[in-house]
Amino acid sequence: MSPDPSPLDLAAPGFGNPTGPIVRFENVGLRYGAGREVLSDITFKLHPGRFYFLTGPSGAGKTTLLKLLYLAQSPSRGAISMFGDDASVLSRERRTQLRRRIGVVFQDFRLVPHLTVFDNVALPLRLAGVAEEELVDPVTDMIEWVGLSRATNQRPSTLSGGEQQRVAIARAVITRPELLVADEPTGNVDPQMAVRLLHLFTAMNKMGTTVVLATHDTSLMHRQGDAAVMRLEKGRLDDPTGVLRNPPDRKSAR
Amino acid sequence: MILTGRERAWIAVKRGASALRNRWFPKPASAPLLSQKAVAGPVPWVIAIMTALTVVAAAGGLALGSIARTAEADLAGGVTVQIAGPAQDEARKQASAAVDALRQMPGVRDVRRLTDAEREALLRPWLGDAALDDGEPGDDSLLVLPELIELRLTAETQDGGIDAIRKALAEPAPDATVSADMDWLAPLEGAISALQWLAVALVGLLVTATAASVLLASRSALAANHDTIEIMHLLGAHDSQVAQMFQKTAGMSAAAGGAAGFAVAQATIIALGRRFADLGPGNTAAGLHWYDWIALVLIPVAGVALAAFTARVTVLATLRRMP
Repeated sequence: MSPDPSPLDLAAPGFGNPTGPIVRFENVGLRYGAGREVLSDITFKLHPGRFYFLTGPSGAGKTTLLKLLYLAQSPSRGAISMFGDDASVLSRERRTQLRRRIGVVFQDFRLVPHLTVFDNVALPLRLAGVAEEELVDPVTDMIEWVGLSRATNQRPSTLSGGEQQRVAIARAVITRPELLVADEPTGNVDPQMAVRLLHLFTAMNKMGTTVVLATHDTSLMHRQGDAAVMRLEKGRLDDPTGVLRNPPDRKSAR
Repeated sequence: MILTGRERAWIAVKRGASALRNRWFPKPASAPLLSQKAVAGPVPWVIAIMTALTVVAAAGGLALGSIARTAEADLAGGVTVQIAGPAQDEARKQASAAVDALRQMPGVRDVRRLTDAEREALLRPWLGDAALDDGEPGDDSLLVLPELIELRLTAETQDGGIDAIRKALAEPAPDATVSADMDWLAPLEGAISALQWLAVALVGLLVTATAASVLLASRSALAANHDTIEIMHLLGAHDSQVAQMFQKTAGMSAAAGGAAGFAVAQATIIALGRRFADLGPGNTAAGLHWYDWIALVLIPVAGVALAAFTARVTVLATLRRMP
């Protein structure tokens, strides 16, 4: 029986470090304008092929931290390294290249309203220049996988919140990104679909994708027993054991 | 399932046709990403209305210029000699002598003395039939009609030709008055020139208003698409890639509006041209030549270019504000 991880159980197995980290935050702080810091002294590393949960109360800064991760925001202080590049000195071209290696599930879905489900899911492939005849099959398969085959040609406005969320997830994973960042991806779906989506994230993770999943759902964290848990409290990363910063090797952890 | 040779051949043909179609007419990757309506907003309507107004105003200016040039070409080199004052017999004598003298002059291309009937026809609208029908045409009547001689000068003698004619006629026709036909055109030319400047000013104002309207409409429509731009940006689209998509879509929408506006303007110009043609022979469609139409076609083309350029600049400015 696998250990029953609590949100702070950072000693759970699965923190091997076969290669260097793909993401490194060093004393990162972020404030909007002259306001107080919404994130303070954030330091952690994300290793390739690992599964991370980001949890914490509402307003703790989870979405803001994810924005830093998918390069939609720049920090006010500290250093961020993404895939080995210093994020503070990235050219726009390089930043775009890095974004294509990151899949994002936005909390508010951010689907393009005038595009059909198919075209929304196909969007990252089209932006990457994939030929039309080559994207039909993977997009159709992905839509089928999230259970929306009947809605392929519908627009987002005709779908329920849960269905829109599944479209957003399909769009995020269609390019098989190296890093998948998901903000409350199971917030609007029933428990059965939540488990199914978690299986999708797990499958992606097993294929090598590093997954960072922000959620309040403790049952999901329990199901993914070997995931690391990052807990944010008032903009600070709660990591009493330091396991997240220096994760032990999977074998030694066992 | 076992396929017959004929079925296999048919499948091979279909595959080949499909491959060729994809090779020669590949689906543009950006085609379904943006909706024309969502991106362009009111731009096509703005372009259509402003194009129609601008083209009609520009056509008016060009037609006036054409009319002025035609009148100038007709009247240039034309001179009228009038002998009025003496009795009819003396006037006729002076007219004959004047014609002889003029035909001897170098630089005079054509000399024609108006007949009695022609002179009466010229005056009939003002004097009425009663004053002119006392006898046979040319008979001495209550009125002594002035003798009129039309002549054309060669292009080389037009400047200064009038003075030479006056000198030449001083002795044989002392009652002759000489006037260049262009002198009659001068006030009309002034009026046409003023109208042309008015048309230029109107076109200038309309072009400025069109540019401002397109700019505002494009910005407004693109502001409404801020979320789409941001999503594409976050999904890894290059700035130029996003700008190109919006530029293309906005340009196509503007082209539709420009074509509609130009069609309306063209119909208006042709209809007006027909009304002007009814005024008399020689008035072609509003006096416009083929090169005038090319200039008019450039107006919607400029509108499309402006809309596309505005979309590009606006999208790039929006993207630059994103990290």
